[in-house]
Amino acid sequence: MLADKDRIFTNIYGFQPWNLKSAQMRGDWDKTRDLMKRGQDAIIEEIKASGLRGRGGAGFPTGLKWSFMPKEPRADRPSFLVINADESEPGSCKDREIIRHDPHKLIEGALIAGYAMRARAAYIYIRGEFIREAETLFAAVQEAYDAGLLGKNAAKSGYDFDVFVHRGAGAYICGEETAMIESLEGKKGQPRLKPPFPAGAGLYGCPTTVNNVESIAVVPTILRRGATWFSSFGRENNKGTKLFQISGHVNKPCVVEEEMSITFRELIDRHCGGIRGGWDNLLAVIPGGSSVPLVPAAEIMDCPMDFDGLKAVGSGLGTAAAIVMDKSTDVVQAISRISYFYKHESCGQCTPCREGTGWIWRVMERLRTGDADIGEIDTLYDVTKQVEGHTICALGDAAAWPIQGLIRHFRPELERRIRDNGGALEAAE
Amino acid sequence: MADAPQIPDEAEVRARWGAFAWTAENAEQAKTVIARYPAGRQRSAVMPLLDLAQRQVGAETNTQGWLPVPVIEYVAAQLDMPFIRAYEVATFYTMYNMAPVGRYHVQVCGTTPCLLRGSDDVMAACKNRGMAKGKTTPDGLFTLTEVECMGTCTNAPMVQINDDNYEDLDYDKMDRILDALAAGETPKAGTQLTDRHTSEPQGGPTTLVEMVSANHDYRKEW
Repeated sequence: MLADKDRIFTNIYGFQPWNLKSAQMRGDWDKTRDLMKRGQDAIIEEIKASGLRGRGGAGFPTGLKWSFMPKEPRADRPSFLVINADESEPGSCKDREIIRHDPHKLIEGALIAGYAMRARAAYIYIRGEFIREAETLFAAVQEAYDAGLLGKNAAKSGYDFDVFVHRGAGAYICGEETAMIESLEGKKGQPRLKPPFPAGAGLYGCPTTVNNVESIAVVPTILRRGATWFSSFGRENNKGTKLFQISGHVNKPCVVEEEMSITFRELIDRHCGGIRGGWDNLLAVIPGGSSVPLVPAAEIMDCPMDFDGLKAVGSGLGTAAAIVMDKSTDVVQAISRISYFYKHESCGQCTPCREGTGWIWRVMERLRTGDADIGEIDTLYDVTKQVEGHTICALGDAAAWPIQGLIRHFRPELERRIRDNGGALEAAE
Repeated sequence: MADAPQIPDEAEVRARWGAFAWTAENAEQAKTVIARYPAGRQRSAVMPLLDLAQRQVGAETNTQGWLPVPVIEYVAAQLDMPFIRAYEVATFYTMYNMAPVGRYHVQVCGTTPCLLRGSDDVMAACKNRGMAKGKTTPDGLFTLTEVECMGTCTNAPMVQINDDNYEDLDYDKMDRILDALAAGETPKAGTQLTDRHTSEPQGGPTTLVEMVSANHDYRKEW
């Protein structure tokens, strides 16, 4: 198990105050200037060497992403760092804990990351529903300005850097990086076509990098303790520590920082008091937030919780938000509710997603009650395949994958409901 | 949102809200907000200003506020943007109310992580008091909305009422919160469990135990 001294987010549960003074006593903002004095390229190299992969779901190497930014920004085209705090993926609730209990890790990380990628300012886009969390964040940023840690000559480094907080107003899609940029520009949050990628033309047409809250907040500690320390946790290609969020049918749901590649069983037994009703009662797990396919009990139990381990069982790490379902779960209803979520959150820009998510949800509701033909299961699968990959952003894929996972693993259950309902069997015959 | 109630631009709305203007305090706040964005990019401030406007409407009507068309026009004019662009934003994001809501906006999360932990019971506690989805109670006190994931999944099920979250709910706990609000009290926000602080495992954390009692500095153990 990860030792407490190796945990980055020591105040994640908020037993101690979040303010600057308390954060400094825990080690934040300690000689930030010296970290920055190492030089921009050295910081990027250190982050690359640490093996840090983006914590927002896609897992793109963070250091590599930063290196795409221009080395010499033009005066009329400043670079921007946008920090994605639009945490809305069902199951995910880690960024909220960082923001309300350890905001200075994020703000210090914003300065260092912004400096490394030669950005002029950072915008932290926090979801609108995090009202109290945003209040804390605004206050923490103000504290940093008052202490000379942000603004002109930030932290006495000789570098000028601003951090602004921007509140969303309730749209899951704004977690997609180009939708977030659109939203920051004061428009509807509808994703842009890529290319151009944000590093070429992002916020206000300027070079922009969008990073998850956790990716940025771990940066100062990685620099203080070194890339080798961070990469000593987890398997090859899956390095570091990670905030796991376990919800659903465990005895004690919680957020906890653990090393990557910890097995699902160890994670649950150590921190969540086991599965409700014991391990024999486990039905399935959605291991990375609602947009990854579910994994049946037998395959997940001893699976390492990392990018490659979960990919091997046909799912993904996503945001490391495990939604646990025991045998009392109506699994069709659980997935149908996710379909409703995507129907609700589709931005309406691409036809396959706008029309497909609603259609998928309506068929899922009929499959829930068994009011369908057996053949419709294949039709549903077909339709999800037509949505997947045919939209500008990944919301279409995210809507399709949970359904595909359900059909892959629970087809007999779907068929049973149709038969019990007296449904036609012609298609099967 | 397409299925959310909307009030068209009617003469009554215009008569009531046509003269909308910032209070002195909010006018200052609006300036602070606009200053966060580069010169010429003031349009970026449309979301925070719509939120501010909704809150001012709420304060004037003793509700959670909404956005009548003349109010959106006012914000658009201040930012020098076409009304329709501001209206697009107001109708795209779910947190802008396009019709009046009650004193308390009860937003029950119903997405899968909450569903698994009993959000149906929370919803039942609301319905059994005569509340209905998308409707405001006749006394103007409560508006009930089912919302999508609020990012509090390890403390499910939860409800957001106005600016506060109430977490780790069940039928009775929800009932008590609504009772307290109806009686004009302020229930304790956050988790409703007595042996839980925030998102740590119930009964006490399995990690970082030193942090419970003191602001422990782990650096000396590095």
